[in-house]
Amino acid sequence: MLSLKQRRSLNTLLLGVLAWGVALAIFFPIFWMLLTSFKTEIDAFATPPQLFFSPTLENYTLVNERSDYLHFAWNSVVVSFGSTIIGMMLAVPAAYSMAFFETKRTKGTLLWMLSTKMLPPVGVLVPIYLIFKDTGLLDTKTGLVIIYTLINLPIMIWMAYTYFKEIPKEVLEAARMDGSSLFQELWRVLLPMSKGGLAATVLLSLILSWNEAFWSLNLTASEAAPLTALIASYSSPEGLFWAKLSAVSTLACAPILIFGWISQKQLVRGLSFGAVK
Amino acid sequence: MANLTIKNLKKSFEATEILKGIDLEIKDNEFVVFVGPSGCGKSTLLRSIAGLEEVTSGHILLDHKEITDLAPAKRNLAMVFQSYALYPHMSVRKNMSFALELAKEKKDVINQKVAEAARILELEPLLDRKPKELSGGQRQRVAIGRAIVRQPKVFLFDEPLSNLDAALRVQMRLELARLHHDLNATMIYVTHDQVEAMTLADKVVVLRHGQIEQVGTPLELYRNPANRFVAGFLGMPKMSFLPGTVTALDASSVTVELTFGGSVTLPAAGEHLRRGSEVTVGVRPENIDLVDASEASLTGFMDIAENLGSDTYCYVKTDGQETLTVRMPGNFTCNYGDRIGLQLHADECHLFDEHGNAIQKPTQMAA
Repeated sequence: MLSLKQRRSLNTLLLGVLAWGVALAIFFPIFWMLLTSFKTEIDAFATPPQLFFSPTLENYTLVNERSDYLHFAWNSVVVSFGSTIIGMMLAVPAAYSMAFFETKRTKGTLLWMLSTKMLPPVGVLVPIYLIFKDTGLLDTKTGLVIIYTLINLPIMIWMAYTYFKEIPKEVLEAARMDGSSLFQELWRVLLPMSKGGLAATVLLSLILSWNEAFWSLNLTASEAAPLTALIASYSSPEGLFWAKLSAVSTLACAPILIFGWISQKQLVRGLSFGAVK
Repeated sequence: MANLTIKNLKKSFEATEILKGIDLEIKDNEFVVFVGPSGCGKSTLLRSIAGLEEVTSGHILLDHKEITDLAPAKRNLAMVFQSYALYPHMSVRKNMSFALELAKEKKDVINQKVAEAARILELEPLLDRKPKELSGGQRQRVAIGRAIVRQPKVFLFDEPLSNLDAALRVQMRLELARLHHDLNATMIYVTHDQVEAMTLADKVVVLRHGQIEQVGTPLELYRNPANRFVAGFLGMPKMSFLPGTVTALDASSVTVELTFGGSVTLPAAGEHLRRGSEVTVGVRPENIDLVDASEASLTGFMDIAENLGSDTYCYVKTDGQETLTVRMPGNFTCNYGDRIGLQLHADECHLFDEHGNAIQKPTQMAA
């Protein structure tokens, strides 16, 4: 029989191995993408897959020659930041009223909002496409900002609502007694108190918008196409070019990966806010 | 000057009526305590005055001006919350200056007012700390400081001491009393603790089920409770109640045959009583003497005796299984199960009719 201490250290070990295993499994595709982007097309196709090869920058130069990376990257930045800013401006007041002025319908409204996320997007593709066509929003950044804001709003409201729920109502009431207007109450008391959680909400919305592909592929052509559309353009009728596809994917993922890396502390704290506190 | 008038104030949450028509007059510089069991509406009443609750109907007037529908920010009242409700992201100094900044006061005025409040509350060494670095008592003082700097018309306190431990509570109670004296301010204070009500108040408002049961000075309420509820609520330990039947009465006294032994003739103007009326006699612990069982008609067994050093509270079970509380000197000794006699001070007893309403004493009627 193992002693309690031994059993505990065995548990720690097993958990460690499991955690590393899961982390590596998640990381592997990114790693393979990075690796493939430095291979020649021949190496990229080789079976068995090659782990050792002579790296080349040829794919990156080619991608750069063939398409205007900065144009797509700029679209991604505008669309994801635009939709996040507008989304937050809608989500914060909505979550505020739901968290602090709860009615009997609040819970139902929240669930209904979340349920819209359960609908397969393709189910509303045709109507949305037609609306966009009629309103001239096809292939515009404005159109993408609108659609991203709408698809991320339920999650943003849910998250902000959860963080606001942790804040004692009395503190806001104290601010009101102290003479705050509604705006001052939000700006000087509520937001500073929930900044960790709201930062996580902003980050999540940025990441989701940055990585969104379904709507950007269907609603844009060239003018407003973000990086996800650029990646897709490399799996074209001319055939699949794994190495070039990997290079362009790496270029598309890099900004958000670096961004996520820098802000990961904030993100983790925000996402586990309610659990540990 | 701050006179607060409340007229027929009603408040309902959906079908439940929380406040059922409150009328109250609070004078300048008065320390008024709202007291009552939980769910009696005392906090709702305070929050309605603060403007944090919308009222269903009625009026709240501050210095004869209608404030019923005014936003809390516009009422010039300050509130101290049970949970302190400090701004966790601000230092103690910022917590206290926040309201003044919002009011666009000059910087040096703000600094001076905060310094003054910090001096009164002995918070000077803590001004640059965050609330989480403070103890419960210190937080409470910051919450009070936040109210003081604003020099509001009325201070509102919502059970401010109930999160503190017993020793600190006594200390803060004294500080609050001193503060009221020094600031000369109108204060409204909500508590369920009748000791706080008795010790702090100029005027006690006893509430039950959303209605005012009685208003008066602490001693008025203690000596002449309007009904059984107020009688039982104020006083520690509680008043004991004995059922009985009226056997004789005249203009100034009533004789009651107690259901479980003995009778008592007490001064009361019981015009609406008649012989055979069911009544209740209320007697406070200090108005009963323990005597030898053979000398008394009301007898019982000693149940538990709590010796507090200065006093001993004896809980005596009568033969009718009611428990009577008797206050004896600290050096009194007795044993569990001792058979003893009880002697009531008839002049100090209270009489309640079948509805629980107090039967007034004849002298009061004259006065």
